[in-house]
Amino acid sequence: MSNFTSPVSNVLRRELAGYFATPVAWVFIVIFLVMAAAFTFYIGAFYDRGIADLDPFFTFHPWLYLFLVPAMAMRLWAEERRSGTIELLLTLPVTLWQAVLGKFLAAWLFVGLALLLTFPVWLTVNYLGDPDNGVIAAGYIGSWLMAGGFLAIGCCMSAVTRNQVVAFILSVVVCFGFLVSGLPMVMDLFSSWAPQPLLDAIAEFSFLAHFSTISRGVIDLRDLVYFALVMVVWLLANTMVLEMKKAD
Amino acid sequence: MSELRIEARQLCKNYGSLVAVDQLSFEVGTGEVLGFLGPNGAGKSTTMKMLTGFLAPSSGTALINGHDIVTDSLAARRCIGYLPEGAPSYGEMTVRAFLEFVARARGFAGKRALNAAGAAIERLNLQGVVEQPIETLSKGFKRRVGLAQSIIHDPQVLILDEPTDGLDPNQKHEVRHLIRDMAEEKIIVISTHLLEEVHAVCNRAMIIADGRLLVDDTPAGLIARSRYHDAVTLVVEQPERVASVLSELPQARKVELREGELTVFPAPGQRLFEVVSDTVRENRWAVAELRLEAGRLDEVFRQITRGEVS
Repeated sequence: MSNFTSPVSNVLRRELAGYFATPVAWVFIVIFLVMAAAFTFYIGAFYDRGIADLDPFFTFHPWLYLFLVPAMAMRLWAEERRSGTIELLLTLPVTLWQAVLGKFLAAWLFVGLALLLTFPVWLTVNYLGDPDNGVIAAGYIGSWLMAGGFLAIGCCMSAVTRNQVVAFILSVVVCFGFLVSGLPMVMDLFSSWAPQPLLDAIAEFSFLAHFSTISRGVIDLRDLVYFALVMVVWLLANTMVLEMKKAD
Repeated sequence: MSELRIEARQLCKNYGSLVAVDQLSFEVGTGEVLGFLGPNGAGKSTTMKMLTGFLAPSSGTALINGHDIVTDSLAARRCIGYLPEGAPSYGEMTVRAFLEFVARARGFAGKRALNAAGAAIERLNLQGVVEQPIETLSKGFKRRVGLAQSIIHDPQVLILDEPTDGLDPNQKHEVRHLIRDMAEEKIIVISTHLLEEVHAVCNRAMIIADGRLLVDDTPAGLIARSRYHDAVTLVVEQPERVASVLSELPQARKVELREGELTVFPAPGQRLFEVVSDTVRENRWAVAELRLEAGRLDEVFRQITRGEVS
């Protein structure tokens, strides 16, 4: 492996193993699966709709992620700071960016795993009817990309403070802002004074808008680029925050 | 092969208006075991964090084997093994998994990572706990895991922040033994606030207070700065009478009586011990104890760091 990827994969493997060595992994997976199912079948009225698709399933993902992803991300850097292992990690011959990327990728893969474990829902809908599996695949990809966006925000907020509760609250708030930025409750704050191009830009930031196009089965390059940019920008911010605050 | 060196050049670290490390310059070479001594908050840990690349200096720099810690941080870090203060480690990992992680991060791949971890486990006598999560271990074991982690790549430079803090006397002895064992072919820098530790393992000591280097000397040289150096202490019956006789000696500068102990201080350049013991024999005093003082490190330390004369 190259000089860049091998430290990243080393950090990634350690993190992933860490999830499964603590209750974090199991609690996250169980809660995620139970809630996803409950939302789909009860609130989403999966059966009553009589339509063979996973729309009721994917609709609730943004709201599930809003709380579960920050809960998962809050310990990433805050815990390293609290226990002092950050000093160990960052004095190894591993660059800050490699460490940030390794931690993020581990968490993102883990969320991907939780997402894959929802496959019984997919089996159910295929058993009951004849859904468009291309749309469902797109929905999974969109959901995973959106989780990556939430996670990148959570990582950055976790680096801001050594207090995990503060990190959690900050990232829920920021994630919520990104989630609803296209909706009236946010737009009304700006619409009275902001120029139209700014309003359009703010609306463009909405996770919901980008996610809904993908989950309708339209994989538009712009949506992919959007989520990729969100992740890169927040991870760069994460790196800068760490650089500034690692001593505190 | 070029000589191993650490070269600190006017290292500074400020936190806002607080100056933690102020223009620190020094050089260390192979075979030296340098002890950073100083009161808490003196800047010892901050200096170590800068040398190991964790903190960027506010100004100045240091070279580790010629690698600049600011511009060539990764190369500098590769030469260094570091035990941060409190020996932090990932508590949920087993000893073996943790050491293998560090070995891979240090550039060992595949089988070589397992071997490097295995060698460190053996060196620190961790065989009995390799499969235990680190958080379940006692403080002494945790410290040994931290030390194992720091020597896994057989580094040329070893930086240990308070390596024996919180250990019991047996564990302290073990760690010091290990440090002395490795000293010959490496540079070792330890920080401590234990004076006995400097005496036990270091061959050079730097006293730091308020971020400034106050003294750079050998432990013996430090002790020689004590006013007790070469003084003679006696425990006798009727100490007042003995004191008045001894203070008449031309070699004695001063006599002090404290808690039943009589201490005679030599005049500059004078040797006292023989003279005092001859005097004792001539006067047939009943002496319970008679000893030559080497010096008192704690007194030197206080004097230097607080400008205090006891």
